[in-house]
Amino acid sequence: MKLKSKIIAAPYLVWMTAFIIAPLLMVLYFAFTDKAGSFTLENLSGLSQYTPVFVRSILLAAIATVICLVLAYPLSFMLSRLREGKQRIMLMLVMLPMWMNFLLRTYAWMTLLERNGLINRFLGLFGIGPLNMINTQGAVVLGMVYNYLPYMILPLYTIMVKIDDSLIEAAQDLGAGRVHTLTKVLLPLSVPGITTGITMVFVPSISTFIISRMLGGGSNLLIGDLIELQFLGNSYNYNLGSAMSLVLMVVVLLCMSFTNQLDNENKEGGVV
Amino acid sequence: MKKMGAFSKLYLVLIFSFMYLPIAVMAVFSFNQSKSRTLFTGFTLGWYQSLFHNDMILSALGLSLVIALVSSVIATVLGTMASIGIYSMRRTVRGVIMNVSYMPVINPEIITGVSMMLLFVVVKNSIHLQIFGIPTLLVAHITFNLPYVIFNVSPKLRQMDIRMWEAALDLGCTPIQAFFKVVLPELMPAILSSFLICLTYSIDDFIISYFTSGTMQTLPIAIYSMTRKKVSPEINALSTILFVVIFTIILLINAKDSRNEKKNAVRI
Repeated sequence: MKLKSKIIAAPYLVWMTAFIIAPLLMVLYFAFTDKAGSFTLENLSGLSQYTPVFVRSILLAAIATVICLVLAYPLSFMLSRLREGKQRIMLMLVMLPMWMNFLLRTYAWMTLLERNGLINRFLGLFGIGPLNMINTQGAVVLGMVYNYLPYMILPLYTIMVKIDDSLIEAAQDLGAGRVHTLTKVLLPLSVPGITTGITMVFVPSISTFIISRMLGGGSNLLIGDLIELQFLGNSYNYNLGSAMSLVLMVVVLLCMSFTNQLDNENKEGGVV
Repeated sequence: MKKMGAFSKLYLVLIFSFMYLPIAVMAVFSFNQSKSRTLFTGFTLGWYQSLFHNDMILSALGLSLVIALVSSVIATVLGTMASIGIYSMRRTVRGVIMNVSYMPVINPEIITGVSMMLLFVVVKNSIHLQIFGIPTLLVAHITFNLPYVIFNVSPKLRQMDIRMWEAALDLGCTPIQAFFKVVLPELMPAILSSFLICLTYSIDDFIISYFTSGTMQTLPIAIYSMTRKKVSPEINALSTILFVVIFTIILLINAKDSRNEKKNAVRI
């Protein structure tokens, strides 16, 4: 378009520089300086004492991601093979909870998992319990799975709708059993959906501080909680918080480059 | 696929109960007379009543709506302008700008929130003005809404037939007339849908607002402070209302869509 219109992007470019680039540079600056503003590496080296928290965050987020994938994969496949009208309704049902604020969804589980909550009362009818469910790591993982399951279902479904029935039938005609149809046909074809789903569940899971606070009690801190404590909580140390944020960003970038690699390898395999 | 197996059906039922049982329990207990979250002692609408007299919730809802509307309008205008400007740039420059724009989308929300908070704190300390509140909330919401506008409008712009624009100019339009009579109507569906996306993201956002709001409370922040107080059945009432509202909206959109599809099918 000969609009000679580059100039009308100018306000956005200014905005982008001021409110996307500058804030990230701030994080960088604060991470490498002390309270007086002189250069230091202490913030980053001081993080080693929080290693258990980092490990726990990665571990819990990874477990939640795997559970989401295992739960969502068959579901997405079933949805993609339904009649079109039914697909629409089911998809709506998958997305509906996403539109509820995640604080409310997490709060719902808080009341269910309590020591004298509904689940324990129900189990009590069979003489089980009461079980300790709230304020455990399991509860945190449950919260992650519950909140982010739709983010796994949707990309998987989107990719599976495009997989033609005839491909599956061909595999079966050629003698592939259920397992082989899955590993040789379905899985390779759905890799892009799997990788998108993994990122979309893993990134919010590893950076959450609400789920761990509401369902994990005080004892199951995650990276997100640590960062929040440095900025708004009692610890109040912007420099340390920035260093933590920096590490979190690196972890997220690593996860993304890992899934990108999976995507690429898969593409290369497809050509051969 | 022909008929669904019994096992598949059971699986669907299980997953959907997992997704909906917590919401259903909340809805049931929003009508509970006592504060208990496990024993249903009798029916009441009391929690709904007290919700509508809860000043904290009402003013938070008001603030959320104002922030959402203003930030969505600004983000949509700014983002549409940006898309048009970026469209006529060289490919490498465009690539760089798009990648930077993508940052708020791929970064964890907490990072976006924290980084903006740092910037606002530095600005606040250097100009000695209390900027935290509506100004910072607006800036933050516009910033995280902008990428969605750009990623919605840009593809539409690329699909557009450039000759329409040229024809308008040949027929005597000034560039400005041509823009408003030819380009803008073409982009309108994308602009509208990005506006709606911005509205919903803005109303729903908790994490970024939490770090940039100072002492102001948007609706999600008010909800958060309610959940900290442990027992407050008003939350159940609020959830139920929100769920019903969302459900109705989605149902209406769906009904409209499927009617349109049927119409199109008949025409074909």
